[in-house]
Amino acid sequence: MTTHPALAIEATGLAKSFGETRAVDGVDLSVRGGSVYGVLGPNGAGKTTTIRMLATLLRPDAGSAKVLGHDIVKEADAVRGVVSLTGQLASVDEDLTGRENLILIGRLLGLKGPAVRQRATELLEAFGLSDAAGRLVKNYSGGMRRRLDLAASIVVTPRLMFLDEPTTGLDPRSRNQVWGIIRALVAEGTTILLCTQYLEEADQLCDRIAVIDRGRVIAEGTPGELKASIGSGALHVRLLDPEQRPQAEGILARELGAVTLKADAAGLSAACSDAGRAAEAIAELSSLGVGIADFSLGQPSLDEVFLALTGHPAEPAAGEGPDSTNEEQAA
Amino acid sequence: MSTITTTAEGAATDADEALVRKAISSTPRPPRASALSAAMTFGWRGMLKVKHVPEQLLDVTITPVMFVVMFTYLFGGAIAGSTGEYLDYILPGILVMSVLFTTVYSGVALNTDLTKGVVDRFRSLPIWSPAPLLGSLIGDSVRYVIGGSVIIVLGLALGFRPGAGAVGVLAALGLVVVFAFGLSWVFTTLGLLLRSPNAVMNAGFMGIFPLTFLSNVFVEPDTLPAGLKAFVDVNPISILANASRGLMEGNADGADIAIVLAVAAGLTAVFMPLTTRLYRRR
Repeated sequence: MTTHPALAIEATGLAKSFGETRAVDGVDLSVRGGSVYGVLGPNGAGKTTTIRMLATLLRPDAGSAKVLGHDIVKEADAVRGVVSLTGQLASVDEDLTGRENLILIGRLLGLKGPAVRQRATELLEAFGLSDAAGRLVKNYSGGMRRRLDLAASIVVTPRLMFLDEPTTGLDPRSRNQVWGIIRALVAEGTTILLCTQYLEEADQLCDRIAVIDRGRVIAEGTPGELKASIGSGALHVRLLDPEQRPQAEGILARELGAVTLKADAAGLSAACSDAGRAAEAIAELSSLGVGIADFSLGQPSLDEVFLALTGHPAEPAAGEGPDSTNEEQAA
Repeated sequence: MSTITTTAEGAATDADEALVRKAISSTPRPPRASALSAAMTFGWRGMLKVKHVPEQLLDVTITPVMFVVMFTYLFGGAIAGSTGEYLDYILPGILVMSVLFTTVYSGVALNTDLTKGVVDRFRSLPIWSPAPLLGSLIGDSVRYVIGGSVIIVLGLALGFRPGAGAVGVLAALGLVVVFAFGLSWVFTTLGLLLRSPNAVMNAGFMGIFPLTFLSNVFVEPDTLPAGLKAFVDVNPISILANASRGLMEGNADGADIAIVLAVAAGLTAVFMPLTTRLYRRR
């Protein structure tokens, strides 16, 4: 394999097992420098394990990878010198204050004396944490903790940043802020590898996406390509009477094409990107006596992407991969 | 494309994208922190924890205080003829016991740390790999000094008057802390091998408790059965207690001190690399 200088990450055949579980089963990735690359998949798909191998926290069982030209096993220390990691659990020290956390990381990265305190002040201000600077992090909200986490990741600006589900558990407003911070990083030239379980997040932020399932990349491309491959949108319908679902399924299949039945016995959806055709399909349902509780036209959900790509729903794997430590506090 | 929208009421607590961009672009990468500087920074973190979570220190000082008072007044007369005489014997012993008990908490704290995300950040930083562990133990050593000082002050208040004065007491405290530093590596290894902080605590005390009681910390071994006495005589904790008594009274045996230092160095030489490897592989 020839080293392409413009590639920030090139991984070939990365694999890692925990006991019997093959958490990552031969992952290839090529991430262009300066881009945002999304790794999209459900809990337990192997996202966190992949990121931990690339960030030198886990040693791969097989395969190899280079991060900014440095081998992740043989030159782990060189890799650590150019990347930073924002883990799934916020990577900050709960027993210290926000300011102390930033000073701690700054000193460990080689900043000294007044420079490190100045840097901490600058970051606290930029991330809207000045008022909370002297409070212990264990008293921070989820959004504040995540912002501090991101601030700690850029005490010294990394050339590449690993973000593992940075918005899981955040409210929409905090999520928007995190997205803004990620965009700012990209604008300043940092390459980002972003793991997420939200299609919308990948769609909003990423230049390219790898969809990962059961430790393997099952699809790769730009968000546009991926969506085109599975249909760009979906009409979601909930019926008043679940008994009418087979009838509704037949009608929608005729009007729109591929229909997905949801876990909710009264719910189903059909691939559809055109509001006009969706309206016609709804009208057809009503006129044939199918009672509708509500309907919406939206992006395909991750479930639908998975179903389309794999033929099976996106269920968390039963294994005990690190992905299962994911904390989901609030939607 | 959506951008950050800041509402008036939240303006003071939101991230400011322009400032974030400025903050990202403004810092050139400094030269790497030296091994010493990284370790000392972790030591500083340990001391901040003493400041923010002082209960930790309380846990490990109250028990020894109870032991001093209880043993002196309850058993002192029976064991040594008078409480005053027993205090002279037991105080250096309790100093040893209290500081060595604290070392178990180094393993417990490390195990607790591992369950939190911050360790991932430490492990992804370009720093000398033993620094987080060495630094924590340097921080813990400060706790050993504080804990030990509490015992000594209490002893002085109860009438303990060491023959070698302040210099002797400080030398004894120093020796105990050096030994504790070496022993701590055993518990940090345990902290990385066992699954929960409680398991570390239990295993740690299951080891340190009998070792401390089967020493000369509480009683002269002369009255013990021969087999037990033989064990007590070679127990490094007995040797440490003897050396501490000697330093405080001004008649220390150089060989005892040398053995204590050698054991501490040996424990560090074996368990520090082991701990570092386990920490990296985790």
